[in-house]
Formats: sequence, structure tokens, C-alpha cells
Amino acid sequence: MLRYVFRRLLLTVPLLVGISLISFLVMHMAPGGPIGVASDMNPKATAEVRERLKAYYGLDQPLYIQYGRWLGRMATLDFGQSFSPDGRQVVDKIRERIPVTLSINVLSMGIIFLVAIPIGIYSAVRKDSWFDRISTVTVFTGFAVPTFWLALLLMILFGVKLGWLPISGLVSLEHDSFSLAGRIWDRARHLVLPVLLAGFGGLAGFSRYMRSNMLEVIRQDYIATAKAKGLPERQVVFRHAMRNALLPVITILGLSVPDLLGGSVIFETIFAIPGMGQLFYQGVMSRDYPLIMGVLVIGSFLTLIGNLLADVGYALADPRIRTG
Amino acid sequence: MRRLLTAVFVAILAAGSIGLLAGCAGEKKESSGKEAAGKQETPAHGDAIVFGSNGDVSGFLTAVTSDSASHDAAGYVFNGLVRYDKNVKLEGELAESWEVAPGGKKITFRLRKGVKWHDNVAFTSEDVMFTYRRMIDPKTPTAYAEDFKQVRRASNPDPYTFVVEYDKPFAPALASWGISILPKHLLGKYEDISRSPLNKSHPIGTGPYKFVEWKPGERVVFEANPDYFEGRPYIQRVITRVIPDQATMFLELKSGGIDSMNLTPLQYTRQTETGEFRKAYNKYRYTAFNYTYLGFRLSHPFFADKKIRQAIAHAISKKELVEGVLFGLGQEAIGPYKPGTWVYNPDVPKFPYDPAKAKGLLAEAGWKPGAAGTLEKGGKEFQFTVLTNAGNESRAKTAAILQQNLAAVGIKMEIRTLEWSAFINEFVDKRKFDAVILGWSVTPDPDQYDIWSSKKTGPKELNFVGYANPEVDRLLEEGRRTFDIEMRKKAYFRIQEILAEELPYVFLYVPDSLPAVHQRFHGIEPAAAGISYNFIKWYVPKGQQKYTSFQK
Repeated sequence: MLRYVFRRLLLTVPLLVGISLISFLVMHMAPGGPIGVASDMNPKATAEVRERLKAYYGLDQPLYIQYGRWLGRMATLDFGQSFSPDGRQVVDKIRERIPVTLSINVLSMGIIFLVAIPIGIYSAVRKDSWFDRISTVTVFTGFAVPTFWLALLLMILFGVKLGWLPISGLVSLEHDSFSLAGRIWDRARHLVLPVLLAGFGGLAGFSRYMRSNMLEVIRQDYIATAKAKGLPERQVVFRHAMRNALLPVITILGLSVPDLLGGSVIFETIFAIPGMGQLFYQGVMSRDYPLIMGVLVIGSFLTLIGNLLADVGYALADPRIRTG
Repeated sequence: MRRLLTAVFVAILAAGSIGLLAGCAGEKKESSGKEAAGKQETPAHGDAIVFGSNGDVSGFLTAVTSDSASHDAAGYVFNGLVRYDKNVKLEGELAESWEVAPGGKKITFRLRKGVKWHDNVAFTSEDVMFTYRRMIDPKTPTAYAEDFKQVRRASNPDPYTFVVEYDKPFAPALASWGISILPKHLLGKYEDISRSPLNKSHPIGTGPYKFVEWKPGERVVFEANPDYFEGRPYIQRVITRVIPDQATMFLELKSGGIDSMNLTPLQYTRQTETGEFRKAYNKYRYTAFNYTYLGFRLSHPFFADKKIRQAIAHAISKKELVEGVLFGLGQEAIGPYKPGTWVYNPDVPKFPYDPAKAKGLLAEAGWKPGAAGTLEKGGKEFQFTVLTNAGNESRAKTAAILQQNLAAVGIKMEIRTLEWSAFINEFVDKRKFDAVILGWSVTPDPDQYDIWSSKKTGPKELNFVGYANPEVDRLLEEGRRTFDIEMRKKAYFRIQEILAEELPYVFLYVPDSLPAVHQRFHGIEPAAAGISYNFIKWYVPKGQQKYTSFQK
């Protein structure tokens, strides 16, 4: 097992290099460049100034040298400095955004699990019942409704009309003057809408997945056996069926690891949440190469690790799968 | 103050967004009238004002930043030697006065005495000298070195005098000294000033507000500087919240989460006409410092002919544009300057909306209606594509209206919207376009050499339509080589006449700036420069103050 994990980890290195190379090339193929922000359509920016800025950011070098330098830095885990005028470390920029995106995603994923699993199981056990139909319509509505539109409606209702919840942002302006309990309450109030909306949008996929898994398991012989033994339904459903139906969830969990840190641009923009999605979007719009590469590397690393975790998790949970 | 400083420095940037810069002339205030005239009130210190901003600060030193959020933020903390006053005339800020030597090649600034940096060190001419040196230093990643490279010699004979000499008189030079003056004692040790904490995290200047905190992506906070040389500002705190989405920002305004924002014409006319809103907010309206135009690639076979361009001008209903795009909150443009300013020439050749005349002119040029109703000449249809940048709603609407207007005279116009960078780099810079819809911000100084001079048609240069007229070239040169306002006026008036007749652009419209400010803020006096020029005199009467936990 350990050897397997070790081998897989080793394999991620060439994979990461390959991914970064492709990302790097695609990024440079996009029209414009980092210095365009300051110099495009700016009458003060002469050709000389432009050359000077290019040299300043090392953009006057051929691409393979630029990539080589970047790779060299990455080898020492140095993500480099952002091309934004503040020139801050890419790592710092990412670090201050991660807690925000992570907490929102963990919370909304928690909600998805708590709500979707029971819905999925119940709709499978009581297939074609009223509950099944209503929950199906509801979760698909959540999936189909444009989030930004629903978000605005809820903001108008709870923020403007009723005044119960803040509209956007993470904390109130006077947050620092509150007591500890006050601060927690303040943060919680700001999180309600974004977390609920993210959860609502994600319900459909997961609950349907759970439902179809469950349906498949219920048809198995061993469930029939359990029922035939005269076990109570509760025990059949939760002990025998659900545990097996939950197995594929491990895959979903594994694949969700990168999502935990990759914020949604639309979401964070609407709610003015300074998370990873906004950071990446702004990075792309201003062609902040080091920042873009930094976020992409972290994202692809997490995806690979997530896959590995899922595979290992399977091996541990399902006796039919053997490694090595 | 804050917006205006941006205008001084960012020059004629064609911002992807419009209406962010300072406004002017024809000022009207449309308020509930609650701020009763004549009521004697004593201004009070305290409270905070919360602004909404689409973008985050990207640094605090204006030399190295180029976005309006950063320039606005720097405007609170730093001062220039000069600034624009309420009538958009240059006045001294850190300079008490200045004189331009006869011949116009030498400017002597007399600096204010007793000004202190926020860390209590005295401000002197050494700081100005330092700022100048860093502006021309190749190690400074600035896009604004050009104005300062014109300086032949700079000197500071004593702590309160700063002298610059130029090879030739250069009128726009005076306004260039509106840049943030930097503290030598704090920045001297940094070879590259953009790497210093003053840019990255904690600016220290001489301005009316001191920096408190910057939470990236969330907000920037400033606090009144009690020792400010023009007096302590009344509003204790200035908070700028980053709210990227325009709809969210508007909801925040309605719910009281922010105190001020620039409204869109739709919000101004339709969504804020409720009793509730009028009770809580004052709306202001004044001409913005920018205009939108239809620009032709003049080497294009259709547009090389002046008659065709004039015909197109006749075919376009500017009135419909002002009504449809701006909901009437703006005016028709006839040239590249702001209506109501000293340089604006209202008396230029005009090509009023007249489709019949447009058709006539096109027929004279040999364009006859074909089978499908589209004009044809020698078997070729009169069809072209107009490009504009994606994400700018007013430009998209403008394009749609132009398309209709032109179809009515038999011209087929396709519309293509492109992401900003791709638009500029792949199409405008490479001259791969028939026509574009774009806008320019208008600087208070009328020098537009970079846009109209035939010497500025090279790669990446801004006369991308390829306009060339020897008389305009000569007049542009004349206008920037004298400080004499009458002589400049004469030159620029003539330029406007020529441009209006030759139409390298069809100038379309000048929008209004439409800020809303919470009614508890008093002391706002709209003027030619907009409303923010006297920001430090705004106040909230004691009983109406909202944020009290920030009080000292």
C-alpha cells in the first residue's frame, strides 16, 4: 500500500510539470500582456517605456527562458512575485484568500451532504412517491436557476426589504469593535446567503447520485436476503443498503478536494467575497502571469492528490479492490 | 479631490468603463431639498463615509499604478505640487505659488512651509527632487516617465524652492506636477519604489487622510489627518469597499451598506425615483470628462473619402443615442473637448441627422441601392464591421442604434464585441478594423497631440485611425508650446473646426456623471469639477452621525 502511494506521488511530479507547461503556453497565447494594463491606450507610455516595463518583468526573454526561470523557482516552492503593481508574493495573496473560500465551500458542502443523502435515500426507498417527485423538482430547480439571479432576489428580500441579513461582504465595517460573540454572529450572518445558495445549487447532482446508487443496491440479492431474514426495514436500509450505496461517494469526495479551494467567480463577485475565484479572475484579466500559474499549480496539485486519496480510500473501504 | 487627481494623472486613458472620472459644468443637483438653504449649521467632526468601488487597490504609489481605484486611494494620502480647483483651473497644493519664466522654458515652484509628512518629518524641496529623480529612474516601473523626461534640468536651490527647466516650452508640463510627491526619508533606501511598504501595504504622505488598513479584496480605510495643512477634514473616516458587481453595489446603497456610488442612467431615472430613496440620498448630475465616438480606419477604401464620412454623420441620430443610451442624461458631442470648458468650441461645422442628405451624398460618391436594399458600387456592397469592447453596455447599445441608423440609408454594419486586451492588441494595434466604437477621457489640459498628430500613427500609438492633416499637426505643436491661454485657445478652436469638418471620428455623445450621496453629508457644492474637490469640507451634523465607534 505504502509503495503504491509513494509511486503515485512520484508520478505526480512529471504530470505537474506537463500541466504547468501547457498552462504556461496557453496563458502566453492569450492576446495582450501584463504591461498592457498600464500602457494600452495610455499616451504617456512611449515605446521606450514599454520596452523598459517588459524588461522589468522579464518578458523580453524568449518563452523557454521565462518558463525555465519559473520552473526553477517552483522547484524551491517559490511562487514568485505578482505582476500587479503592489508586487506582493503570490503565496501571500493566495494564503489570505484560502480561508475565505475554504470555509464557504466546506460549509456548503456540509449542507449538501446533510440534505442530499437523506433526500437521495428516501426518494430511492419510496421511489415514485410524492416526496420523490417534489424533491426531484426542487433539486432540479436549484440546479437550473441561474445563481446570480436567485442571489439578487434573496438580497433584495432579506437585505433591502426585510433588512435581516447583510447584502455582501464578509464582515460589517464596525466588526473590530464588536465582542467575540458579536464578531462570530456578524460573520455568520454574512455567510448565510452565500452558503445556502451554494448548497442549493449543488443539491441536485449529489442527491440524484445518491438516489440512483441506492436504487441499484436495493435491487441486489443480499438486500432481498436481508429482507427475507425478516430484518426491520430501518435496519435493511441503513445498515445494509446505505453503507454500500455510500461507497462511490468517496470518489466524489476525492474529486471535490480541488473544488474546496477553487472559488466560484460569479458567486464571489455577486457577494463581494474576496476569495480564490475573484483572485484568479482578476489575475487573468490583468495577465498577472505568476499569480495565474500559482493558482493553476495549486489547483492541479490538489486534483491529483484528490484522485489519489479517492483511490486509496476505495482500497481501504472496499475489500474487492486490491492495490499493488 | 480624489477623482480629479485621477484625471490629472491618468491622462487620456480610454478606460473600459465610463463615467468614473471627475465631472463638470451644467451642474444640477436633484435632491429632495431637505438640505434647506440658509439654515446655519456648524460643521462637525466625526462619522465615516463608505464608498463602493468596482476594483481593488493594486498599490498606493500612483507612479506605478494605473487603475482608478488605486489613484483614488492615493488621492487621500498624497498631494501634488499643483491640482485642479473647482473650476478646473490649476492651483497650488504643496506649491504655494509658481511662476513660468518668460519664454516658458522654466517653472519655479515656491513650496508651502510647515507641511509635515504623516510621520511628522518636515516636507521640503528634497522630497520633490527625489520624486522627480525616481520618475525618470529606469528602475521605477512607471508608465508615466515621459512628461518628466522632457525636463532638461531640475534643481532645488533652497528647502522651499523647486525649479525645472525644459528645452522647449511645454504647456502640459505644469499639470504633470500634480503627481503624488513622495517622502525621500522613507523611500530613499529603495532602489525600486514599487517594492517598498509604502506601495505594498502602508502609504505615508502629506495628504488630508492617513492610511489605516487595507484588506485586499475587501476594503481600504483612511482616517482624518488632524494636522493637515488645509485644516483637519470633518469626516473622520473614509472607507472604500470593493464590490465588483454593479447590481450588488446598488442594493448595498439602497440598504445603507454604502453611502455613495455613481449611478447608471437607468438607475438614475428609473430605479431611484422612489420617495424612500429621495429621502435618504441626494443625486447629483454634471457633464462627465469623457466622450464616446465612432472612429474610422481612414485607409479603408470606404472611409478614405471625406464625403462618405460626412454622409455617415448625417445618417446618425445623436439625439436617439442620447435618449436611448443615456436616457437623456448627457449631450451630443461635436468635438473632442468637454462642453462648457474654455477650450470647447461650440461653433464648428455640424452634420445634423438627415438620412435623405446622407443618401444623396452617398449617391454622389457612386453608391446606388442594390437588389437587397444595400448600397452597391461596382458590384461591391457597402458593408463593414464595427468593433467594440465586451462588457460595456452603453457601447453595445450605441452599436445597436448605429446599426439601425445606417441600415436606414442602405449601409450594412456588423457588430463585433471583443475582450478588451484582444480588441486592443489584436485589432486596434494591428489596424485590423473597419471602424471602432470607443471613448476617451478628456484631460483638463487640452493637449491631444497623441491622438491627432500624424507623427503618432506608429505601432501602439494612439492615432490608430491614421489621421493626417498638416494644419492640425502645426496647430497641435503650437498649442503645447505656449502657456498663453488665448494663443492656445485659438489653436484648439481651429483644430476643432477642422476635425468637425473632416470627421476622422464621428463624435457621438458626452455622458453625465451621476453620483448619489447619502443626505446626511452636508457641505457638498457641485461645481465645474464635480463634487469631490471640496471633500475635506463635507461634514455630518452631530445628531445625524451614523458610525460612532470610529471616533477618537
